[in-house]
Amino acid sequence: IKPSSPCNKCLNVSWDSTPPCTCTINFTLEHSFESNVFMYYGLSNFYQNHRRYVKSRDDSQLNGDNSSLLNPSKECEPYRTNEDKPIAPCGAIANSMFNDTLELYRIDNDTRTPITLIKKGIAWWTDKNVKFRNPTGDGNNLTALFQGTTKPVNWPKPVYMLDSEPDNNGFINEDFIVWMRTAALPTFRKLYRLIERKNNFQPTLQAGKYSLDIAYNYPVHSFDGRKRMILSTISWMGGKNPFLGIAYITVGSICFFLGVVLLFIHHKYGNRNTSADIPN
Amino acid sequence: MVLITIMVFITLLNLVPIIYHFLTISVKILVQLFFGVYSMLGFVLLKVRDRFELKSPVKTIEDFIRRFTPSRLTAGSNSSSSSSLATSKSMHRFGLSTLSSTSTDSTLLKLEEKLAYSAQMNNYGYSSQQGRTAVGGTPEEGELRYEAESPDEAALVYAARAYNCSLVGRLSDQVSVELPHLGTLSFEVLHTLGFDSIRKRMSVVVRHPLTDEINVYTKGADSVVMDLLLPCSSDDPRGKHQKKIRSKTQNYLNLYAVDGLRTLCIAKRVLSKEEYGCWLKTHLEAESSIENREELLFQSALRIEKNLHLLGATGIEDRLQDGVPETIASLRKAGLQIWVLTGDKQETAVNIAYACKLLDHDEEIITLNAESPETCAVLLEQCLQCVQSKFSNTIDGATGNMTVGFTPLYPPSSSVLSSLGLVIDGRTLAYALEPALEDKFLALAKRCRSVLCCRSTPLQKSMVVKLVRDKLKAMTLAIGDGANDVSMIQVADVGVGISGQEGMQAVMASDFAIPRFRHLEKLLLVHGHWCYSRLANMVLYFFYKNAMFVALLFWYQFYCGFSGSSMIDQWYLIFFNLFFSSLPQLITGVLDKDVPAEVLIAVPQLYKSGQNMEEYQPHMFWMNMIDAMYQSLVCFFIPYFTYYDSEVDIFSWGTPITTIALFTIILHLAIETKTWTFLHWSSCIFSIILFFFVALVYNASCPVCHPPSNPYWTMERLMGDPVFYFTCIISPVVALLPRFLYRTLQGTLFPTQLQLGRQLSKLSPETRTQLLTELNVKETIRQTQLLADSFSLSLGSNASHCYRAKNQSTPLPASPQTRESLFREHTKAEHKTDQTAAASPQGAVLYEENKLPSSAGSLERSVESLSVGTTLPWSSAVDQEDFSLLKWITSTPLFSHIGTVLQVSSSSLQNETRDSICVLGSSLHVDFKGLKEESSNCDFLVRSAGCI
Repeated sequence: IKPSSPCNKCLNVSWDSTPPCTCTINFTLEHSFESNVFMYYGLSNFYQNHRRYVKSRDDSQLNGDNSSLLNPSKECEPYRTNEDKPIAPCGAIANSMFNDTLELYRIDNDTRTPITLIKKGIAWWTDKNVKFRNPTGDGNNLTALFQGTTKPVNWPKPVYMLDSEPDNNGFINEDFIVWMRTAALPTFRKLYRLIERKNNFQPTLQAGKYSLDIAYNYPVHSFDGRKRMILSTISWMGGKNPFLGIAYITVGSICFFLGVVLLFIHHKYGNRNTSADIPN
Repeated sequence: MVLITIMVFITLLNLVPIIYHFLTISVKILVQLFFGVYSMLGFVLLKVRDRFELKSPVKTIEDFIRRFTPSRLTAGSNSSSSSSLATSKSMHRFGLSTLSSTSTDSTLLKLEEKLAYSAQMNNYGYSSQQGRTAVGGTPEEGELRYEAESPDEAALVYAARAYNCSLVGRLSDQVSVELPHLGTLSFEVLHTLGFDSIRKRMSVVVRHPLTDEINVYTKGADSVVMDLLLPCSSDDPRGKHQKKIRSKTQNYLNLYAVDGLRTLCIAKRVLSKEEYGCWLKTHLEAESSIENREELLFQSALRIEKNLHLLGATGIEDRLQDGVPETIASLRKAGLQIWVLTGDKQETAVNIAYACKLLDHDEEIITLNAESPETCAVLLEQCLQCVQSKFSNTIDGATGNMTVGFTPLYPPSSSVLSSLGLVIDGRTLAYALEPALEDKFLALAKRCRSVLCCRSTPLQKSMVVKLVRDKLKAMTLAIGDGANDVSMIQVADVGVGISGQEGMQAVMASDFAIPRFRHLEKLLLVHGHWCYSRLANMVLYFFYKNAMFVALLFWYQFYCGFSGSSMIDQWYLIFFNLFFSSLPQLITGVLDKDVPAEVLIAVPQLYKSGQNMEEYQPHMFWMNMIDAMYQSLVCFFIPYFTYYDSEVDIFSWGTPITTIALFTIILHLAIETKTWTFLHWSSCIFSIILFFFVALVYNASCPVCHPPSNPYWTMERLMGDPVFYFTCIISPVVALLPRFLYRTLQGTLFPTQLQLGRQLSKLSPETRTQLLTELNVKETIRQTQLLADSFSLSLGSNASHCYRAKNQSTPLPASPQTRESLFREHTKAEHKTDQTAAASPQGAVLYEENKLPSSAGSLERSVESLSVGTTLPWSSAVDQEDFSLLKWITSTPLFSHIGTVLQVSSSSLQNETRDSICVLGSSLHVDFKGLKEESSNCDFLVRSAGCI
């Protein structure tokens, strides 16, 4: 967040203030996005790969194991219990979940048209259906199921109130699942929303002005972090990264050059050995 | 691991040189019994026999020996026995030698047939040699098979049987001997005084069945037995006679020894009842004593083994095993220094050394024989000086002194380039091994191409090995087949035992056991070399592999806040070295052959790569480490940039890195592997498949089981992602490109000997042999060149040294360099001419000869150019020395009191043909030689050579 950014005002606002500080960033898309657009949030200087951070979770609890729900693993310390109640979901990863809300508008002749953001399908299918499970019990009332647990210290709401839809709530909330997949490097991005192409005649996002509304909850200033929002399309090879292409071209040309050189050397010196003896 | 410098100690048996006798299955024996072979000895026995004839027909072993003399067998009529003593002596020598020449031949042939027959008839009768082991015997004559503690003893018994005196039974207290005219006689064995290496003899005390006499028979090393003989007065004619006999016997012994036969003396002593009773008492005490029993028994044996009466001497030929000279030659070529430690007497040992090409005839031999530590010290000092002066081609005052102490045995020779051989006997060795002298001894021995230690005890052998191992910091290998080599084998870095007739002690004490000496060549040149190259490469590879893999984790620490977290799943970390990357390197480490065996054998010089530590050097280690760092950087940062700022999670990022590292490591091994077999391929492919299999199964197995990593479905997802494959292809390519390039360029432009050797194996056999011969020729040239260079250099340095001494005030001018260049020109010019002369060995010799005057001349020139005022006796000194070979021998007690010996040995050494030694009946001798060659496949050959 640059100092000139409209969100600068939120830096000094306490992270758990209600209502959250909101800011709006306007931007322009030079080119239209033809296919499905992926909306990411990116964080920098956030060491999600720290050894103690990576460990600080309880997979059994997240998998819906009832005993682990009430008695989380010791790995979660110090985010295991709060006021003698087990935290669900426990651990530092869950506790530090990204909780900004991003909304995208298209500004067309001064009218803001909200763009539909799809929040399902952003997590791995296996994560959502196998690895992360809500606790089982009678009924589907998550509130009852999560009884006896408390929310993570830094969360404003308990886990069973993450979303209104039952199949995206609790542990199987996809935003939560995405967050729980710890990033490998300190600069990372995570998938936030999908923007689907509505029909074949219109690009998903036309070139033009857009604005991003941010409910600024997540503090990054304390660790010199930065937040970003990235809109990207995806090819068959994944996200846009020129590195591999450049690498292949470079290495390919080096190999070709060396091949020519070696061929020359082989022609010039290769036959020498057949007549050479062994000098001592 | 690193067979740096293997000094091969070839050891010989206690009285027996193994080197040539290495497990000769067919021990060819020459039992040259006094009666038959040489008239003088025959005379002795005749006399004895006559004495007994008065009492009874056959009484003693002498008598039974008499019966199988060739004269008996062939001539039939016992002319000698009937003739008077005085006449028979001369008659025998000259008369019968011609008479029996043909008949002896035929007899021998018959004997061979018979023996071959008996060898085929393998009934499993055991009978043992007199005096040692007692195993039951079979009564059937002619089909006996003897088993003895040592092949020598068996040879003696077989020889006796060949003359129809067979040992038919051996009980613990009885020896039954079947004699042709008398039938079976049973001697009661009262005592057996076993062999030990200090006494160097063994004895039996037997009671004669007919005369009831108590006799002591002793057989042992000639030097020992000769000293124990009954002293004979010189005034008494009989004593005189005895003396003469002894000196003659000694003469023959020396002849045998020069002929390479292993000599034994047999002597007897008749004990009176009283003497025996007296001795028995002390002996029984000794036997029954609890403390100090060994010592007491030794003393007791010493008491009875004295005042002996010489019966005769035997010479046993112990044939060299097949391929011993060739093996020694190729081991030499491979840069090994070979020492022979033998228990044999000096003449025998030297002869055998010649036979097995350990010593060359154009080689200078330094012989060290000293009686006291002081003489030994002086000797060593002088030899050392002499050698040094020889190498530097200067002569100091020592030359004059030397002629006092030593007798130059070798005529001056023009070959200054021939290397030195050192011969040292057991006693001198004992002095030389004392702490004060060992350094000098080593300094001398280091300069010698080969060292031969004779008459050495087992302890001395091990001391020599230890000395060399500790002082020269050399890798030592000891090879031997006898029990007396055990200590040496154990001391050496590598002990090799030869399993064979001498029993299994050496084998059991050894690290490697081989059945033939010539297999040592393969053991060292092929397996030793392979072992070295495998180990060297594997050690480098192990370091590389682990450094590379661990460095990946290290680089990650920069991106995880140095928290010690790892992007590679913990199970992969564990399994990576254990399963994924272990099999290919195991296969390569065990099976890789950098150069094929036949090339290694054909080009022994390739072995030097191990000695020079060419494949494992510090700079290679560090280069390897740098390469490991580079590779790990590539393997880390290509995925890093590929997945930079993406939604990748820690394990979806770590798994490609693991995969890339695995590919890189296996491909790296593939670059380093020299031979590819089915196993190599399959192990590499298997490892990769195993990794993917394990990863897939593990990632699919359980969503919650593996906290904290929990890589559920990671691999499955990655394998559906093309980026994963693209990364996995490019990273190993980039990582291995420098090494591949280096190997290719180095192999093409600057190939090492080993790589050339490898290439050699790919050529067709014809071109290969052609190349190899070329190579050998070049080798000769090169060696000459090398020597010449060193020679000229030493000359130069000496000149400058002298110059400095003379003109201490003036600074050294730059003339040494000019002088050197002068020399170089000379040598070059000669080298060229030499090459045109087909570079045959003769060419090399010519070259040497050419070089000498020129270098001397240039030396003079240089001296002149330096304008040294005082005249330096360079040229005269050179002439005086005449680059002669040094061969010094001191006057040992043995040699001093038997004057003829010295001549015999010297003449034999001077004359390259050993046949000329046989003064008596040389024609017959030649016949036998031919015969010997013909019947080499026969079990053994009893040779009653010479003239009867």
